[in-house]
Amino acid sequence: MSKYQTVIGLEIHASVLTNSKVFSPSKNSFSEIPNSNVNEIDLSFPGIMPSLNKEAVRKALKMSMVLGCVCPDELLFDRKNYYYPDLPKGFQITQVTKPIGINGKVELYTDNHEFTVDIHDIHLEEDTASMDHYDYYTLIDYNRAGTPLVEIVTNPCLSSGKEATCFLEFLANSLKYCGISDADMKKGHMRCDVNINLKDEKGNYITPKVEIKNIGSISYVEEAVKYEVNRQIKAYETGCEELVQETRRYDEDTNTTIRMRTKVDSVDYKYFVEPNIPRIKIDKNDLENIRKEIPTLPNERLKRYIKEYNLTESEARSIIKDFDLSEYYEECIKLEINHKTAYNWISTNIIGYLNKEFLSIKDIYLTPKRLKEIIDAINSGEISSKQGKELFNYCLNEQDEPINLIKKYNLKQMDNSNELEQIINNILNNNPQLIEDYKNGKTNLFGYFIGEVMKQTKGQANPVIAKQILNEKLK
Amino acid sequence: MIEELHNKIINNEIKSLDLASEALKKSHEVQKECNAFVTILDNLEYQENKESLLDKIPYSAKDMFSTKNILTTGSSNSLKDYVPFFDATVIKKLKEAGAILTSKSACDEFGLGFTGTTCHTGIVKNPYDKMRQAGGSSAGSAVAVSAGVVPFSLGTDTGDSVRKPAAYCGIVGFKPTYGVISRYGVFPFAASLDHVAVFANSVKDASIVVDAIKGPDGKDMTALPEMPNFTPQIDGNVNGKKLFYIKEICNIDNYNNPDKDMIETFKIFNETLDKLRSIGVEVVEESIDQRLLNALLPAYQVISCAEATSNLSMYTGIIYGPRGVGTNVFDMLKDYRTKGFSPLIKRRLVIGSYVLQKENQERYYLNACKVRNLVIKTFNKLFEKYDGFITIPSGKGAPLLDESSELLSKLTVLENHLCIGNFGGYPSITIPNGYVNNLPIGVNITGKVMDDANILNIAYALEKEIKFNKNIGGQNE
Repeated sequence: MSKYQTVIGLEIHASVLTNSKVFSPSKNSFSEIPNSNVNEIDLSFPGIMPSLNKEAVRKALKMSMVLGCVCPDELLFDRKNYYYPDLPKGFQITQVTKPIGINGKVELYTDNHEFTVDIHDIHLEEDTASMDHYDYYTLIDYNRAGTPLVEIVTNPCLSSGKEATCFLEFLANSLKYCGISDADMKKGHMRCDVNINLKDEKGNYITPKVEIKNIGSISYVEEAVKYEVNRQIKAYETGCEELVQETRRYDEDTNTTIRMRTKVDSVDYKYFVEPNIPRIKIDKNDLENIRKEIPTLPNERLKRYIKEYNLTESEARSIIKDFDLSEYYEECIKLEINHKTAYNWISTNIIGYLNKEFLSIKDIYLTPKRLKEIIDAINSGEISSKQGKELFNYCLNEQDEPINLIKKYNLKQMDNSNELEQIINNILNNNPQLIEDYKNGKTNLFGYFIGEVMKQTKGQANPVIAKQILNEKLK
Repeated sequence: MIEELHNKIINNEIKSLDLASEALKKSHEVQKECNAFVTILDNLEYQENKESLLDKIPYSAKDMFSTKNILTTGSSNSLKDYVPFFDATVIKKLKEAGAILTSKSACDEFGLGFTGTTCHTGIVKNPYDKMRQAGGSSAGSAVAVSAGVVPFSLGTDTGDSVRKPAAYCGIVGFKPTYGVISRYGVFPFAASLDHVAVFANSVKDASIVVDAIKGPDGKDMTALPEMPNFTPQIDGNVNGKKLFYIKEICNIDNYNNPDKDMIETFKIFNETLDKLRSIGVEVVEESIDQRLLNALLPAYQVISCAEATSNLSMYTGIIYGPRGVGTNVFDMLKDYRTKGFSPLIKRRLVIGSYVLQKENQERYYLNACKVRNLVIKTFNKLFEKYDGFITIPSGKGAPLLDESSELLSKLTVLENHLCIGNFGGYPSITIPNGYVNNLPIGVNITGKVMDDANILNIAYALEKEIKFNKNIGGQNE
């Protein structure tokens, strides 16, 4: 394996969240009813003309900035000409001459390893209709036709499936952070084509470029790359299979890639500048305003969580994968909750609660400020950590302030050692046989005694102090 | 004339929808002689607008304008039964102005022609001489006005498709600046060159119609912002205006053995220049590099065919149009287009496809775009000194129906230079300039972008001097 270098380039399409389509006023949203979000433009009746959706442009420009791309001085669109029934105009309006961003760069981190992804370009274009093929006919649904897409193309700069996955996660998270796209590959908001070939130790390409389409989730990307790399190595070393420039698709069921077509059949798209959209100057102030809306990006957060907050990579990733969760976490840090403590509360109690109740963290009553009150109460010894857990549940269920609930449920720790000693003495005096057993080696009875202490104090005994006293008595 | 009709309507000298009914009757008569229409309407739709000069005025529209609930074919078999469910923006505006659509006129298929002889409904004939062409592509619309069926009609002009037929039919053809009139709903030929244009009997009529249909349109991004109405700016005062003519085109000495008709045409042109001078317009000869002029037609063909290939890709017969037969979608598509398109269109689409191919694009398409830019630069430079240029749309009257094309003759530049107006999106107007051999000839004035009112005004002043006597159609009494 180490004899060869894997070279991977990605082409990602992400659907952009807008009210209307990119060149028509039809609604941009999923509909169960086929061909309901369509007008004459989407179906391309004679005489229709495109009207550019500014919101789609704003969002594409924002993504261009996220990727560190150079934005153009003006908007310009091109026609990509080809015939297919999912493309009613016979051409797709896209960007080739002056994409919405070029020459970008993203610094990423995974497995203690930093790497850079070079972005070739990002462009704004329109999606095609969706088609359902049956034995003797095909159904076409034009609801999706003309909805806005950004296509992001990387240079062939990735060297493993892991890096590719890492970039895709960054991309999906960034798109979500900025409200550009829902970016869920499983739901088709984001689609990814992977280009793969191999170089030898000297850096010469030894296999032709293979494009893999139709990969349905980020995790399959790594699988597809693994299979394809092995296939190319085997074919190269044994000659068991002819290696040609081709397009393959990933098959989830068999976890293999299957040939779709070779490059010989490739189409000449006859690009030329779209005459119906005049060149539109991009205002520098507008660009600045868009830039201001970009939140701190997931890759920067990941690095900070690992390097400054001492989370492990997987801990950090579990927080950054959701923008609102990450915002919640950062708010906790701002309130000076301990990094790890905050993480632990979020990853166990809060996420558990959210999953159970099907809630988003944005809707949770327990704000970081209230969480801090609970944690502070525990840290100060006012309540036990067990009580803290109870307080957490009370707070969520009753939607009341922790400070009220502490009073209401009389939550406090009994850390008066005299009082505790009295209680412990009573317990021990009532169980002489058990003390005998304990001294004869049944040490797990220690837990039983602590349990009794807790029972009799209604959980208010400070467990640390209780343990100390009990230890003394049982010596 | 529209103003006179309007006054008669206001004074009840013309009753209710008499003009439109009359237009329908005449349409059927002219149809027999000239075959100008694809559809003559059964039922008229009228929406009163007393404020508008066009209220109750009938008109014809080239069959390239989408008309809601009215057959619109592009004069092509590929759309022979297509009925749009929306109006082109101009049609909507005319409806709101109270104008009454009475017919859809025939044209060269999808506007890709210059003879009026390639319509799916047959050849359109010139009302002055039924053995001759009306010119194309907006043939039927030119005939409708020329034969006195309607006071104005709509055409489209991609190379000279309104301004040339106007010359052959003895009427006014005006193409405003690119973007003055919305193209939404108008069948495309070559989007960067396509203009909506107007035929009328006088410069003022053309101006009145354009005033009613111009303006920004949220559905057409190339439409320009609102401009003040042109008609009030027309006062006939042209003292101190400056025009030039292109020596290489308009000087008869540049042609070997010109025939009698051509000599006469150029003579009348020179007389017209003198008429302009007599009303205070300075007219000067300018020379333009012959090589640039020679490149006009090839560049036009390359760009227009390239864009047409793409614009006509939407005709697949899948969503609309008679669906083709085949075992897979590509065979269906091929069958539909093979049956639906005429040989002329197919030839142009193949050319368009060829010049856009990766390996040819630089040499043909991009070079043609360079020529176009050079032309624009050259003329914009001249327009710094002049209000516009005056020129000869054609070296003679309308050609015979079977006359072979002039494409390869020495007259190529003379016969094909009005596309300068499309390259630069310049306002350009052809007005009648008299007769040669009993056939009308025209004269054209083209000016700078957004200077439409100025060009209309010069044409208006000249029109008064030329005193063209329209001797058919009975509309000039």
